[in-house]
Amino acid sequence: MTHRVSIQTADFDVAAEITALRAQDKRVGAVCSFIGTVRDRNDGQSVSTMELEHYPGMTEKAIEQMIDAAFKRFDIYAARVIHRVGPLLPLDQIVLVVVTSAHRGQSFQACEFLMDYLKTQAPFWKKEQTPEGARWVDARVSDDQALARWGISSDNSAV
Amino acid sequence: MKVNVKYFASIRESVGAGSEQLDTRCATLGALRDELIARGGSHAQSLARGRAVRVALNQVMSAEDAALSEGCEVAFFPPVTGG
Repeated sequence: MTHRVSIQTADFDVAAEITALRAQDKRVGAVCSFIGTVRDRNDGQSVSTMELEHYPGMTEKAIEQMIDAAFKRFDIYAARVIHRVGPLLPLDQIVLVVVTSAHRGQSFQACEFLMDYLKTQAPFWKKEQTPEGARWVDARVSDDQALARWGISSDNSAV
Repeated sequence: MKVNVKYFASIRESVGAGSEQLDTRCATLGALRDELIARGGSHAQSLARGRAVRVALNQVMSAEDAALSEGCEVAFFPPVTGG
């Protein structure tokens, strides 16, 4: 089995990742993927560049545990998460989640579960360059609420 | 006991260091946070009570009553914003 989690500065090839994940697995009837990309606007300001920092070691462990949780919760065959770090520009890909299953329902749900989990529990931080200077991105209450739908409480955005 | 402390993102920037090794008698994460606040200056500011500070012990998100142990790794960081 290839790596389930990669943290990297390099870009990723979505088609190649999907091909690798479903390779030779004839049980698979559904593949769901999510790709997060860098917007040129956030919170009312234009964004020229973004820098992504993470906690090496903890990040990989945390996402591995999230994937374990997804396997327990959903009937899925394989999952892959790639998250980029370092300097990024608008249009760049940031994160990829791919999940395979027999039928679409389970992989759709597992994909969303993994993203909701990652948004609030994986140690990444975004810093944006705006016309008014650099700023660290604020955590959103809506991301905690998204995770709560799965019965997992998160107070990431709380003071 | 010896403790390895790491800082990330806005907290790393304001304390001016990514990591340091400490000798402490603190029993818990919360006590260690208070000890760092007591240093004053940028530590007091960035770790102040009432600020959104998350703490990990040995690379697992932890509550402040978690117990420290010899050689453990403690990290202080703001709410996470990946994805």
